Amino acid sequence: MKCKDFLKELNEYLDGQIDVQLKTELEEHLQWCHDCYVVCNTTRKTIEIYHDNDVYPLPEPIRERLHQAIVTKCKAKSEHQG
Amino acid sequence: MNGIESKVAEPQTEELALVEAARSGDVGAFEQLIKRYDRNVFRIAQHITQNREDAEDVVQDAFIKAYRNLAQFQGNSKFYTWLVRIAVNEALMKLRRRKTAKTVSLDEDVTTDEGSMPREVADWSPNPEQLYDQSELGEILQKTIQALPESFRTVFVLRDIEGMSTEETAEMLNLSVPAVKSRLLRARLQLRERLNRYFKKPKRNGAKPQ
Repeated sequence: MKCKDFLKELNEYLDGQIDVQLKTELEEHLQWCHDCYVVCNTTRKTIEIYHDNDVYPLPEPIRERLHQAIVTKCKAKSEHQG
Repeated sequence: MNGIESKVAEPQTEELALVEAARSGDVGAFEQLIKRYDRNVFRIAQHITQNREDAEDVVQDAFIKAYRNLAQFQGNSKFYTWLVRIAVNEALMKLRRRKTAKTVSLDEDVTTDEGSMPREVADWSPNPEQLYDQSELGEILQKTIQALPESFRTVFVLRDIEGMSTEETAEMLNLSVPAVKSRLLRARLQLRERLNRYFKKPKRNGAKPQ
């Protein structure tokens, strides 16, 4: 297996969506190819970091303001429908 | 890998009861749904529009639209997935409106082969996120993902941050499954590459005093 072939399967490998045989082949490649090993690990870490850190938290005061605005409009709709 | 899972884990039946109640006009029940998902909707909207005001508008518009169209919600999909589809559409519309003056097209053709080979291979420190305090890390992550093309960014956000499946993401964005896969791979690799400079292991013996 070449690095190019490894990269093609990287998504599925990271997501655990591959069959056992292909997984074995990919892991064999990882055993001797340090570059792919590093790319694989750092890509996995990239996903984890973005998953675990909320880049855009919603501040509580804005949250409350939005809730009020939404609920007011929903109530208006419900009343309108009677 | 276990790290990637949906940020939203809901007991389905309880949620469907809330949806049912909201459908029959119980705004209080709908408010429960808002509280459950407003952070997700805001995050997705902000990632897509990259504009705070637009993202707030999207949260409002998406929930109001969802409420008004609850009759059309089929119980065979998750409420969250249905809601996100509405939110993504609203966010993309906002973005298009802002972009009309510019020449960049949202549907610009994204070639799939170039640009996915890693240029720099550098190992990272064992716990790279601990190299920075929370606000520095936030800035780094924000800056890095903002630099991605919109079409890659949106796929990454839906798949890897919000935990949607490839099929759900494809359906929401009107893309084919292979297109989602290829954009996701490129998004992941580009983010990795751009994060290198913040997270790579310092060379211990590399820098000799001159």
